[in-house]
Amino acid sequence: MALLETIHLEHLPTTPIHISLYRNVKNAPFLQQQLLAGNTDFEYAFIDASVIVSRIHVLSAAYRAINALHSHRLRSRNVHSEIVFSLSPNNNIAESFRRFGITATTENLLVVKVGGGREEVKRHLEGAVEGEAVGGMLDVGKVRKVYKLNSGGGGGKKGLGNGVVNEEEERRELEVFVLGAMALRGASN
Amino acid sequence: MEIQAAPPAHQAPLSPSPHLLPPIFQSDTAPPQMITQGAEALLYRTTYLLPTLPCALKYRPSKPYRHPILDARLTKHRILSEARVLVKCRREGVPVPAVYAVDEREGWVMLEWVEGEVVRVKVNEWLRRRKELGVAEGVEEEVLKGLMGRIGRAIGRMHGGGGLCMGDLTTSNLMLRPKREDTVNGEGSRNAGDEVLGGEIVLIDFGLASQSSADEDRAVDLYVLERAFGSTHPRAEGLFSELLGAYGTSFKGANVVLKKLEEVRMRGRKRSMLG
Ligand SMILES: Nc1ncnc2c1ncn2[C@@H]1O[C@H](COP(=O)(O)OP(=O)(O)OP(=O)(O)O)[C@@H](O)[C@H]1O
Ligand SMILES: [Mg+2]
Repeated sequence: MALLETIHLEHLPTTPIHISLYRNVKNAPFLQQQLLAGNTDFEYAFIDASVIVSRIHVLSAAYRAINALHSHRLRSRNVHSEIVFSLSPNNNIAESFRRFGITATTENLLVVKVGGGREEVKRHLEGAVEGEAVGGMLDVGKVRKVYKLNSGGGGGKKGLGNGVVNEEEERRELEVFVLGAMALRGASN
Repeated sequence: MEIQAAPPAHQAPLSPSPHLLPPIFQSDTAPPQMITQGAEALLYRTTYLLPTLPCALKYRPSKPYRHPILDARLTKHRILSEARVLVKCRREGVPVPAVYAVDEREGWVMLEWVEGEVVRVKVNEWLRRRKELGVAEGVEEEVLKGLMGRIGRAIGRMHGGGGLCMGDLTTSNLMLRPKREDTVNGEGSRNAGDEVLGGEIVLIDFGLASQSSADEDRAVDLYVLERAFGSTHPRAEGLFSELLGAYGTSFKGANVVLKKLEEVRMRGRKRSMLG
């Protein structure tokens, strides 16, 4: 578990966040159950890692959620559920948990914790998550599906076809589409 | 990175004490750096998420002279409509900055930082350098023609691909983002200074943009830009036909817009004759 990353986001200097990624998670049903039961020892955002494009993608969600927390505008139970909801391109909270949150069958898990001491978080996660801590595990097809990037109106395809040549640029464009879809969520007027 | 230090001419003469940014930015140790103060929006350079990711913070502070409820509603509407249009453009391959984050309640949006300068500044710089070098007007204008062509194609992409009109298409709402190579070569060539006009066109400022495929709206975009070139760069106005030529071949239906443009020009002329 040496891979726990602790970050201070820009403009949020007093709120550290801790991030850790796991493969082959064996106890997803247990972890999900702790969230459903509201177990206060499990104040984490448990995210299905296969729909996360990049570090910027998950940090964006954390940023939005922490901003909502500080300005008393949480739409879900707490800042951790809000991170999962922040990933969503629409306003359906329950659906956002199903698509982006941990499910009983999740094997690739991204954990985000807002606040708390690094060592303490690290120790707790070591005992709580049965899985291997690793680097990355994106499923581009799944991302395109959940963000509806293949459906009509260009859906990002045109954009990708337009002068985007290499894989790195393609990843960057995917990231841009995803951030845009997230930023616009809740925009109803 | 070159930052335009001087505020634009239309800045309110009595600028109030430094604007109070929304709370999230108030405790920054390196506060966002103001770039311009327009009539409606303040533009800052700052960072998004990580110190290595620069971004443009566009903030629309509340207007004390407006009714607070109306004010909040208008601000929210402008922020969201601009962000929506940018996201749509990007998906359709129109060159615009990416949208990073939106807080319509607090009145701000964070966008990808575009390196470079607005076209107005770049063209001025190019003209100044040529003057210093003693190059006469009308000769060796290939790079300026090239720039006009790129602008025409970018607008065509927005109109045709994006189905959008900008509403306020001026040389201050078009940026030139240098390509890396452009900043190294060009040195010592006969046309020294030409690299100033190199790079990629990026459309910015969709605060007044609308979803429209009407020939009239498209023609008005072109007309407004033509007038803008006329007032800031009379020389470039003469090359506007380059821009229109490139625009005309950039999407199906562009030629109809060019026809419409003639009508719009006529109306404009009549109006100015009537005073
Ligand atoms: N994404 C960006 N990256 C770098 N510089 C930018 C960016 N967006 C804007 N700028 C700079 O800031 C200036 C003002 O921005 P913009 O045109 O969007 O605002 P505005 O005209 O004040 O707004 P509005 O007309 O919507 O009220 C631009 O002319 C440009 O110099
Ligand atoms: Mg502007």
